[in-house]
Formats: sequence, C-alpha cells, structure tokens
Amino acid sequence: MSTSRSISGSTSSGAIERFDDKARESFEHLGQTTVYRGELLRHPVYTRVVHWMVALFFFLALFTGFSIYLPWLFRWFTPFFGGGPLSRVMHPWFGLGFVVFFGLQALNWLQPMIWTAADSNWMRNMGKIVSGEAKMDPPDTGFFNAGQKLQFWEIVGGCIAYLITGIILWAGARTFGRIPVAISYVIHDISAVIMLGGIFIHIYQSTFGEPGTFQAMVRGAVSEAWAWTFHPAWYKQVTGRDPQQACEEARRQMTTSSKP
Amino acid sequence: MADRKALQAEMISGHSGPAPGHGMQRDLEVCKLVDTTTCIGCKACEVACAEWNDLPFSPTTFDNTYQTMPETRWNFWNLIKFNEHQNPDGTIQWLMRKDQCMHCADPGCLAACPADGAIVKYANGIVDFNQENCIGCEFCVSGCPFNIPRFNPATKRVYKCTLCSDRVGEGLEPACIKACPTGCLKFGTKDDMKFIAEERTKQLRDNFGWKNAGVYDPQSVGGTHVIYVLHDATDPERYGNLPSNPQIPWSYTVWKWLFKPVLGTFALFGFLGVVLHYVTSGPRRTQPEPPAKDGANVNV
Repeated sequence: MSTSRSISGSTSSGAIERFDDKARESFEHLGQTTVYRGELLRHPVYTRVVHWMVALFFFLALFTGFSIYLPWLFRWFTPFFGGGPLSRVMHPWFGLGFVVFFGLQALNWLQPMIWTAADSNWMRNMGKIVSGEAKMDPPDTGFFNAGQKLQFWEIVGGCIAYLITGIILWAGARTFGRIPVAISYVIHDISAVIMLGGIFIHIYQSTFGEPGTFQAMVRGAVSEAWAWTFHPAWYKQVTGRDPQQACEEARRQMTTSSKP
Repeated sequence: MADRKALQAEMISGHSGPAPGHGMQRDLEVCKLVDTTTCIGCKACEVACAEWNDLPFSPTTFDNTYQTMPETRWNFWNLIKFNEHQNPDGTIQWLMRKDQCMHCADPGCLAACPADGAIVKYANGIVDFNQENCIGCEFCVSGCPFNIPRFNPATKRVYKCTLCSDRVGEGLEPACIKACPTGCLKFGTKDDMKFIAEERTKQLRDNFGWKNAGVYDPQSVGGTHVIYVLHDATDPERYGNLPSNPQIPWSYTVWKWLFKPVLGTFALFGFLGVVLHYVTSGPRRTQPEPPAKDGANVNV
C-alpha cells in the first residue's frame, strides 16, 4: 500500500503556475488517496472534490429547473426548495455554482481533454465499443476516451450557453427586451435537454455500464485491469508496461489458478 | 351553474390536458370598449380599480405629464397614458388612453407561461392570473406584446388587471366602467361593443373630420377583449406606445407546444436507452474476464 501525492493526468507546464496549482496541492493535504497494490491513481483529491461540487450544483439546478420547465409534471420537486417561486429564485444561483465549479474542472482538465487522432480512431470504433463487441478499448485510448471528451466539450459549450441565456432570463424582458428572452428560453432548454441525455449516459457508464469505474471518483484509484481495459495508452504511460501483454499475463494466471 | 358559467376555463397555461370547461356551455365573449375620443383624463377609473381590488397605494413618480405614473405597477393595473401629440398642421392633441391588460383572444402571456394553471383564459374572454400557481419566472412579461404583467418582488409573483373577473362572474360590470363619468368606457358583449365602436368611428369620420378614425382590435393576437376607438387608427403608437402589430414570439407557440414535449421525451429515451443497453448487451467488464462456464451460451 502506498499513499500517492502525485498528480496524474494533468502535467501542467512548470513555466506558468496556474492559480489552481496551489489548490490542488493543498487538497492533497486535506484529504488523501490510498492506492493499493494492483491499483493506479486516477483522480487526485482536488479533482474529486470539484467533480462532486459540480454534480451537487448540477442536480440542484436540474431539479429547480424541472419545476420551471414542466411544473405540471415536476411540481412535487418544488416544496424541497420552498415552493415554485423560490425554486425560480434559487435556480440561477445553483446554475451559477455549477458554471463556476465546472469552470474549475475545465481548467483542471483542459490538457487531457485536448482532442487527438486517437479520439477520432475511438469514434470510428464506437459502435463496437458500445455493443460490447470490442472487449477492450482501442490501444491508443489515453487518460480520457473520445466519449468522455465529447461530453466534456458539450458541457463547456453548454455552460457558455447557460451563462449567456441564463443571465438574459434572470434579468428578464424588462431589462433585455422580449425577443432576447424568448430566444434564450429555447436555447437554455435545448442545452438542458442535451445535458440531461448526457448525464444518463455518464452515470450509467460510470456505475453499471463499466464496473470498477465509480471508485475512480470516490476513492481516486482504479485497478490496473480497469486501466488496461478501458484506457490502454494511459496504462502504458503510467506503468511502462504493454497493456495487451499485461492482460494476457493476467489471463494465464487466472486459467492456471482456476485449474485444480 | 348560471353564476359559474361566465368563468368556464377555456385555456389553461402549462396544462397537460384539455381545459375542463372548454366548449361545454354557450357563452358570450365580453368586451370593454374604450373611446379615446371622449376620455377627459379624470382618472376615476384608476381610483375605482385600486379601490375595488384593494390595491395598496405607493408613491408615484411625476414625469411632467398628466399621467399618474410612468407605467402600470403590480399594485396599479389601470393607468391613463397621456401624450401631447402635435399634428402636421401645428395643432396639438391631448391623447388619453386607458392602459390595462388587453385580454387577448390568443394571449402571449398564457402561451409563454410554463406553470400549470397560473394563467387561465375563461370562455368569456377574460385572461386571469392565479397567483397561487405562479412561479414568478416572468416569462409572461416577454410573451405579452402590451407590456402588462408586473412582478411583485415581495410575493415573487406577477399581477395584472383581472377585467374584474370577480364582478363579471357575478353579472356586474368592471369597476372602471362603473366609475367612468363621460361614458367613454362601455362594457358588454364583444359583438355589441364592436358594433358601437364601428358606429362611433363612422360618426368621427363623417361628422368630425377624423378621416383615419378606426377601431383597435388587433387580429395578430386573435383580437382583444378591450378595444379602442382611436382618432387615427393608422398610428396607434402615439397613444402611449400602443403597438400597431402586436406579436407573440414564435418560440412560445412552436417551441412550447411541439419541441418541448418531443425533446422531453428524448431525454426519457436516454434513460430507457441505458436501461435497454444494460439488459441487452450488458456491462463491459474489465479484462480478462473469468472463462465462460462449459456449455454456457456465449455470443461473439
């Protein structure tokens, strides 16, 4: 067992110190990530805390938003927030919290989220990956795969759309005029529906869809088998071992040990 | 039944089904007729409105006109708009227009409102706000072409003229009508008011030289249940920004009734999709998986 204080996945250049470098450092002292033998560090404390703050504000904004989107269906959410009008009053603040925390995460993840040729390759193989025909992700899949990157950039775009249209809706027609509000309302809703569809896939993939993923965001560590299966290039980068070879080795061990 | 007949709901904002009273009984559309040519700007209607509705008074702003305040407020639903209009020949006109909710046949506020039952249009044409269902989103403000709904920051809900639905439901005329001393305000069925208005504009054209006199009953919102007789119907803007072509944004008509439920269903399909994925192709497990049991049905 070893306690790691290294920050993986986001090796920012030493020349310019970003303002979240200090935060990432101090969060490692506030919490800790235990990486057991046979595991790899996936997400440091700072990333996890920011992720769950984003999640918290996302769901607060989502549930208050539901009661503005379709009150006939979601009116039963509103008592949790003090009724319809208070849901409406609090929704922009929750949304602002979501945008701020996602902004921190975007800064944190900017580098590993850059689109590469490996991602275009992953997209071409997406059918096989989704259907389960491909047991392992393509060998060049890095720290994040193309699906994760797509969702990340969708949320970046969504946040910008939310922020602009949200401010217009917040101040209302008496400040911005009738037509900007009427247009913002549609864009805000479309953005929300896309993100809602995305969140179903996100939660499914990280829990039921690919078992072993959820601990990456709670404990911060994943098994080596998880790494070579879903992010082979990242596995190679961290351990220096060939993912295919490591998998075959594990398979041999499994078959010999299961024989009487 | 007879008493409640006048207040059958015909359209309900954000409602998931048909309005319960739609088309159930014959009902006459009511209408308020405002003859701007005979209004003397006495403001009796303003007082009557505040009195009948028990609206609390708040300080006004003087803007160097004969107008009580610059625009209507959440506690002031009926305002005589004043404009000193200069004609091309140099003569001036003092134009008085009673500004209040127009009670559109096709209400933009109701189209924009997402809250179930917050805005109701009765079969008699009255458009009414039910504050207990209002969530204070103020979308109605952007839906209304006449700039009528007013937000009360204390209650976080919107308010406007009710056309005295409480009085009309009991067979009485609205309070403003009752207070008017010159007869410039009239109340009755839409057909009757339309007839009187047309007669009056004919009189204005034939006997008083107002060549462009006309009735303001904008068809772009399906007609209104408050109509005006204007000296010059070609330029309603001069009467305190009365829009010549009031419009409801397309986003409220197309988006809300078509795309919104359709896209909401797509989000539901997103949920169904992942559930179906789990029960059909199942999870992707970390490799290597344990070897399949002998004789087990393993595809691919």
